[in-house]
Amino acid sequence: MNVHSRFAEDLALYALGTLEGNEQAELEEHLKDCGECRYELEQLRGDAALLALSASGSAPPERARGRLMNALTREPRISLEQPSMRRISWWSQMGWVAAAAAVVIAAIVWRTDAGLSSRMATLQKEFNEQQTELQRAQEVTATLTATDAVRVTIIPPRTTPQPQGRAIYVPSRSSLIFLANNMPALPAQRAYELWLIPSSGSAIPAGVFKPDARGNVTLVNLRLPQRVGTETFAITVEPETGSQLPTSRPIMLGTGE
Amino acid sequence: MDSVEKRISDKELVSRVRAGDQDAMGALYDRYSRLVYAVGLRVLGDSAAAEDVLQEVFMQLWRNPTRFDASRGSLGVWVAVIARNRAIDALRKRRYESDIEDIVVSVEPDLASEADRSRAAKNVRDLLNGMHPAQRQAVEMAFFEGLTHTEIAAKIGEPLGTIKTRIRAGLLALRKALKP
Repeated sequence: MNVHSRFAEDLALYALGTLEGNEQAELEEHLKDCGECRYELEQLRGDAALLALSASGSAPPERARGRLMNALTREPRISLEQPSMRRISWWSQMGWVAAAAAVVIAAIVWRTDAGLSSRMATLQKEFNEQQTELQRAQEVTATLTATDAVRVTIIPPRTTPQPQGRAIYVPSRSSLIFLANNMPALPAQRAYELWLIPSSGSAIPAGVFKPDARGNVTLVNLRLPQRVGTETFAITVEPETGSQLPTSRPIMLGTGE
Repeated sequence: MDSVEKRISDKELVSRVRAGDQDAMGALYDRYSRLVYAVGLRVLGDSAAAEDVLQEVFMQLWRNPTRFDASRGSLGVWVAVIARNRAIDALRKRRYESDIEDIVVSVEPDLASEADRSRAAKNVRDLLNGMHPAQRQAVEMAFFEGLTHTEIAAKIGEPLGTIKTRIRAGLLALRKALKP
């Protein structure tokens, strides 16, 4: 029994929101690292959702519509028209924080001085630009991390595939995307760790990862702790919790092109 | 009737709701209130409580319309699932545990017209009617009563593993029969 079939039935219960206790905790831990099971969970949630359609009965009382419309009138809203957001939790929250900020700003501007409306328009424009940029970043990440992405390594014929990694690092944003393939599997409780090697000083940890069953790796780290001007990267094998400084010799090393 | 009703898509109506259009909200209510109310009533068995769920679901949509992502599925199914989760929370007298942001329903039945809704409902009911009664019971107890597999097993006197297997097989049967 492989690890996915082990969780297959629990996934169905989890999709219905009826898994509990240790089984729930264990599955949630597994889901953090298993895109295949996350995809299956989404499918199962869709399957379960169909059950709702089997509910039938009479229409709600007419007063319910009036009650809703009255409630809407009591809660008028300033327009929040904006592009629909892909569902990535912390980004979505960031979008809502920005949206909430825009609403608060709008309220203050309206109350204090209508002449400030041009300032509001500028803020709204900036907000929209940020949303566009955010959406683009989400699309890039979604492509890189999609569970159904096709990854192809092209090599000369009759060559043994070698581990190969590519890091895309933007110092001004402290953001990093690392892709690799043909990475050998590691013993239990060991993981690879990516390091930024500055021209002086200690190596800086940039992410701990394990390859999937086919040796592929996608590591997205958009929040490196500090800006480092470097073009040199190294990979070492570390305990699976990661290390603050390398504890073994690099097995892969690369410098910017 | 259907062509007029369906002339405006869910996506367009949600877009108008985002802009604060109360009439668009009314149109979505007219489209999906019956389904949402039916789900609430099925779970709670009480018309007043089902009406509260109905109100809560549509107010959530009004307050947070951007939480619905049209690229990920049907609005009708989305609001029905929110209704189910809210009703289960009310049934078990617990705080709302299900953040609507967590609800992703990647299922595509087009429910914008009354005919679409009736057809989809009939398909699901036909599938459930054709299911083995024990399997249907397990799936419905989990979905409409919010019972854990432990509770279902205790209630009907079957082993835990059997209940788990029946629930998963039931969901997969729905997928096989109803998803393209």
